[in-house]
Amino acid sequence: MPLPRSAVVVGGNRTPFAKAGGAYAAASNLDLLTAALDGLVARFGLAGRELDEVAAGAVLKHTRDFNLTREAVLSSALAPTTPAVDLQQACGTGLEAVVYIANKIALGQAEVGIGGGVDSASDAPIAVSEGLRRALLAANRAKTLPRRLQALAGIRPSHLAPVAPQVVEPRTGLSMGEHQARTGAAWGISRAAQDELAAVSHHNLAAAWSSGFFDDLVTPYLGVARDTILRPDTSVEKLAALKPVFGDTMTAGNSTALTDGAAAVLLAEQGWAEANGLPALARVVDAQVAAVDHPGGDDLLLAPAHAVARLLARQGMALGDFELYELHEAFASTVLATLKAWESAEFCSTRLGLSTPLGPIDTDRLNITGSSLATGHPFAATGARIVATAAKLLHERGGGARGLVSVCAAGGQGVVAILEAV
Amino acid sequence: MPGLIERAFYSRGGQAVAGRLGLPEPPVLRRGRVLPGEPVVRASLAGSMLAADTLELLGVVATSPLLDDGAELPTYPERIGAVVVDACGLREIGQLEGLRAVLRPAVRALAGSGRVVLLADAEVEGVEANAVRQALDGINRTVGKELRRGATANLVYVRPGTAAADLASTFSFLLEGRSAFVDGQSWTVGPAPALLSAAPAAAPGSDSPPLAGHIVVVTGAARGIGAQIATVAARDGATVVGVDMPAAGEALAALANRLHGTALQLDITAADAGERIAAHVATRYGADARIHGIVHNAGITRDKLLANTDAQRWAQVLEVNLAAELRINPVLLDGRPGGLAEGGRIVGIASTSGIAGNRGQANYAASKAGVVGLVGAEAPELAGRGITVNAVAPGFIETDMTAKIPFVQREVFRRTNSLGQGGQPVDVAETIGYFLDPASAGVSGQVVRVCGQNLVGQ
Repeated sequence: MPLPRSAVVVGGNRTPFAKAGGAYAAASNLDLLTAALDGLVARFGLAGRELDEVAAGAVLKHTRDFNLTREAVLSSALAPTTPAVDLQQACGTGLEAVVYIANKIALGQAEVGIGGGVDSASDAPIAVSEGLRRALLAANRAKTLPRRLQALAGIRPSHLAPVAPQVVEPRTGLSMGEHQARTGAAWGISRAAQDELAAVSHHNLAAAWSSGFFDDLVTPYLGVARDTILRPDTSVEKLAALKPVFGDTMTAGNSTALTDGAAAVLLAEQGWAEANGLPALARVVDAQVAAVDHPGGDDLLLAPAHAVARLLARQGMALGDFELYELHEAFASTVLATLKAWESAEFCSTRLGLSTPLGPIDTDRLNITGSSLATGHPFAATGARIVATAAKLLHERGGGARGLVSVCAAGGQGVVAILEAV
Repeated sequence: MPGLIERAFYSRGGQAVAGRLGLPEPPVLRRGRVLPGEPVVRASLAGSMLAADTLELLGVVATSPLLDDGAELPTYPERIGAVVVDACGLREIGQLEGLRAVLRPAVRALAGSGRVVLLADAEVEGVEANAVRQALDGINRTVGKELRRGATANLVYVRPGTAAADLASTFSFLLEGRSAFVDGQSWTVGPAPALLSAAPAAAPGSDSPPLAGHIVVVTGAARGIGAQIATVAARDGATVVGVDMPAAGEALAALANRLHGTALQLDITAADAGERIAAHVATRYGADARIHGIVHNAGITRDKLLANTDAQRWAQVLEVNLAAELRINPVLLDGRPGGLAEGGRIVGIASTSGIAGNRGQANYAASKAGVVGLVGAEAPELAGRGITVNAVAPGFIETDMTAKIPFVQREVFRRTNSLGQGGQPVDVAETIGYFLDPASAGVSGQVVRVCGQNLVGQ
């Protein structure tokens, strides 16, 4: 179905991504998101401008950040009359926020907006225990001092231990890594293949930095000018020396590290961009979200495989129709299992209902400026990072070049989108 | 944060002691777009009306001078803010007496941050006329050194055909606080080239800021003098494109947002730097947009005695401070979208180190003297397109960089000029703003020192 109007990616901005507990240890989600917005505003001369909406979110979120994105807008150089919304779809948040803004633009509900995301694994909220929380709430409700003291007397020493956020799936009690280890084993993903993918990710990202590719995609923050997880000199040999942390093959080197960072994408109606003297890098063609039944045994992080199948069917496209593929590297094993699933006649037939497999892709077109293994993965920021990068790369290839963007997410979900160079 | 000695030195007690030692507290200079608060006196030595017409155009009311032409030295009843002496037409040594007769009472009455502005012919014929022309320069430089309380003296040479409208921006700059740290200098103004496509300059005294609707690109804009250049350009109405190294992007973004401009993260030594500047302008402000002025402010130092300077230190400084500008200008001048407009402005940053040389700065001096050479060669080349090419040559300016110089050495640098203090980044920025002004179309090929008449060099 043709969209009524074209939403285009004007450009993007992100902070350099930093390993959790590092340079951004004292920065909050609000600080990071504000920095990403301000860099974007500076790049495109939007200071004091009122945009139609800013959509962003964070996965690890403090209760004080109930209006995170709106507060970031107020902290930024944008006009304070710019409305904002918090979205959250786990690691799909950044991409979903871009899709949300693009859809509003396509429908004529907005002319220009920003989609983005932020996460600080360093500044993660730490909750009090359920026992302490209930006792404090009871004390708060108590009307007299004796009753208040009585309520507080219910606190036990064990209640005082803080509760850190956990990255386990509530339905299965398994961490994401443990889930992926099962998927990897089921699909026969080798350690060597994972390390190879990780090394390529680092080398591609390093080359992109050296060539100045990120000059107009990243604004330094707190003295950090480049992604700190990046290891330009890593190699398959070095990665092979690491001990497995999930299953037999997944190591700290071929899994994403906990990361702090924020990213934002400026989107506009194509004519609006032109009238305002702004570039149009790529059109947001279409998007799809899908979920799997991971409590029922499905592979937790393979939902994008399903989403892509539906998206291609709707657009009448084949998997080979893309100049670029940007598959978020939650784990090297996730990307490799997704590629295998698309090539598998059995999976494509039984799970996707296709008579022929979606087929292989040209891996020379995959994550050519690196992805999350090398860049890091501040959960909600990753989608916006990828969209901005893909839009720039497609624009360099010339009008009509298509890119496929895919992000897997906790809860057995996946968000995918198609971009096409303007 | 100043060190203990510096704070003690600038404390009340410290200054009392310093004053007795012959190191009086430096005067606070009048700055900004502020004319002298006291009366302006004007004299014409040989009948020229150019200074009179220019002051009238600027709306500055000038009174007649008192002359030291008799037995008793006349005394002004109150302080005067400026004395403007039109020496155009002066050809004979004997006529210099007229200048003495005007200046003697005037300099005695000159207020703090007052101004002596001399006007003379740039091109004269004959041996004596040339001797007189040069004598005026000697007088100017000497008066600059003798004036106190932040008052300055400067000399403007005018080429044949220069009209009041051509001179107005220069007079305005010199009389106002914008020229606070420009002292003892002389430069040349000519008639503005006739341009068919020239945008009408804002009339002097109009409310519209001079750079309204104009795009100004400033390299090295993230901090220090560059940030001040960008800030002053924005104050004057310009849409500012701040350029700096990607690593300086955070400060650059904050500046761009504060000034409602745009930030371009770019290493100016990249082979395609000129193309990327033009592309940025064309994709931010439309394909029809052109740069009104580019200020090549980005610069680095890699100081070592020549005996210790290796090829890398040598090349880095020349690359950033000089070669980059040489590569970028032709790209912006080839007519491409986002390039330099006809009637545009190119401004470079030279340095007193380049003019006089400076121990430990052979590479830097080479690059900065190179800028002087570039200005001299490129200005006539581009005159036909109405594009001016000029440079400022800062002396000791109070920046984060110079704050790292040890206090005593820094105090020596501060004191070795006629104003007894270091300049502020805004002083450099204001001089650049004067070059950028559309009304300064007749100012090209000039290098103006912003040094408080530093003792070194010409």
